[in-house]
Amino acid sequence: MTVALPVRGARARGATRRAAGARRLSTKARIGALICALFVVAAIVGPMVAPYDPSAQSFAPVDILHAPSMAHLLGTTARGEDVLSQVLVGLRATLVLGLLTGLIATVLAVVVGISAGFLGGFWDELLSLLSNVFLVLPALPLLVVLIGYLPQRGQTSTILVLSLLGWPWGARVIRAQTLTLRGRDFVAASRETGERTWRVIFFEILPNEVSLIAASFVSTVLYAIGTSVALAFIGLTNFSQWSLGLILYWAQNGNALQLNAWWWFAPAGLCVALLGTGLVLLNFGIDEIGNPRLREAAGRVRIEGRAWRPADPTPVVRSGSTRSPAARPEAR
Amino acid sequence: MTVPVEPVLEISELSVAYRGAAGDVRAVERVSLSLRPGEVVGLAGESGSGKSTLAYGACRLLRPPAVITGGSVTYRGRRLAGRSVEVLERTPPELRELRWREIAIVFQSAMNALNPVLRVRDQLLDVVEAHLSLTKLDARERVASLLDLVAIPRDRLRSYPHELSGGMRQRVMIAMALAVDPEVVIMDEPTTALDVVVQREILGQIVELKQRLGFAVLFITHDLSLLLELADRIAVMYAGQLVEVASAHAVHHGPAHPYTKGLLNSFPSLRGPRRELAGIPGSPPDLRSLPAGCPFVPRCGFATDECTKVDMVLRAVPGARDPGHVSACPFVAPGAQAPDGKGTVSEVAS
Repeated sequence: MTVALPVRGARARGATRRAAGARRLSTKARIGALICALFVVAAIVGPMVAPYDPSAQSFAPVDILHAPSMAHLLGTTARGEDVLSQVLVGLRATLVLGLLTGLIATVLAVVVGISAGFLGGFWDELLSLLSNVFLVLPALPLLVVLIGYLPQRGQTSTILVLSLLGWPWGARVIRAQTLTLRGRDFVAASRETGERTWRVIFFEILPNEVSLIAASFVSTVLYAIGTSVALAFIGLTNFSQWSLGLILYWAQNGNALQLNAWWWFAPAGLCVALLGTGLVLLNFGIDEIGNPRLREAAGRVRIEGRAWRPADPTPVVRSGSTRSPAARPEAR
Repeated sequence: MTVPVEPVLEISELSVAYRGAAGDVRAVERVSLSLRPGEVVGLAGESGSGKSTLAYGACRLLRPPAVITGGSVTYRGRRLAGRSVEVLERTPPELRELRWREIAIVFQSAMNALNPVLRVRDQLLDVVEAHLSLTKLDARERVASLLDLVAIPRDRLRSYPHELSGGMRQRVMIAMALAVDPEVVIMDEPTTALDVVVQREILGQIVELKQRLGFAVLFITHDLSLLLELADRIAVMYAGQLVEVASAHAVHHGPAHPYTKGLLNSFPSLRGPRRELAGIPGSPPDLRSLPAGCPFVPRCGFATDECTKVDMVLRAVPGARDPGHVSACPFVAPGAQAPDGKGTVSEVAS
């Protein structure tokens, strides 16, 4: 039925294809996705391409606290370990911890948030109380105590404790959103057409919260990475498993800052910072995917080589666009 | 009937398009329409025919990717003392002076146009304070008198929008539009969401206020029957183009364009003999690729091969009583019957 316009020039054709193809993401989101993808790739192949065993010590004088060189691209530690290998190996543990914690905490948040919002009444009271209690628990001291006194101080226990403390923020937000969605007409309509409760929840309400859930996931990952690095930094970690936090712990332990051995702590620190930046930028993109209204037209629009903000008055473009109705080019 | 006065708002050859990756959607195509002081001009047409785009485009309220691709909009208000203002040439700060003070708008949905968390008084005060330099006391008095104007008790000033009924909200919108004495009020389907009783009340109020305050109204609606009663002149739009402009009387008794005939045939008249409601078969064309000639051809009962070659300009209707009666259809006379019976007014009540 719809007849496509004969488009002029390659530029117009490219634009058509782009609009029809993948969802257009903003530059911010693309940079974020790129950074995160790089880190994921590094975490997957890192241990395989690491040039040395990260724990291999060497007390030869040339190997101790050596600045970056061809043999050790990121220098060596005070015990002659290769920093690059440590970062490459440690990245995997930190990233896995972040992603797993994010996943567990987000699932908890979604289950608790949607149940509380959708069921209402007693369940809402109970679940809200629960999340409020977890929300006011001072996280870091509790983490220190829990991880410090757990019989096994490893990756798994850290993930579990971080997940347990990381879900209430997401749950509160999702509950609030579910409450407003529950009262909308389309939910009432879907109930009226006889949809089952689980279908209403998963097919009517959940898709409206995708951006919220994804944002909650990304921020939980960010929180988990930051907290795990902080815990490792104060020594609450498994010392037999390399992570970005452990590198920083040893760097601090070995007085890297006082010895001006910047290559010891800077790579791991920068990795954490860059990963955080990437995750935050990615968050913007997730917003755009989850909210179709943010995708186009909401932001700036380029017309005739100029960017227009939504608040601008309607642009007036006279050049070449005024055609007499008698000679319509597309009416061929 | 009308004395030739200079129009207060003159839209000429205005074209508005929505830029998209797949090309321009030409929502308004070379439309000329003028509004004389104190006149009610009705703009009728189906959904998507470009009525609102035309009105908002003329005020430059459309957001990009909407683009005005040609034409001019001239405003001549009393306060400008004979000068005229080209709306399309104005900078944003100059436009801000023009908006509301000179051209105000009653928006379509009063529920969404009023801020739900502000009291009615504060919202009205915003308008008054933005455009007039009054003392606080004078501004408050003005706001209170605005509610008098639309017959809402003054104690409603402290209400929030959700505490008002739909009709009251719409009247608040009208009061807001009239807050700073505009010369032109654009009403975008102000009564569409209301029931007929309230609708009647509000229309009566608009007419009365118009006579008292002397503003001109551009009344946008898809309800032609409403315009027959309310408007001085009626402009009918189809697929972004004007197809007929005439006095309300002429539209009622001698519609010249087949589309207008079809519209008139889509609702029952209260008086006169019963007739079958024909409606208009089909749906409006795709504005990205309009057919050559008249865009109404696929749905027109009068259509001939000639129609695909016709130039869509408004021509005076031969033999019309109203000298201003123009139609885009050069073939169909006001009294003509469609060969296959669709799209005609079979009985005319007089």
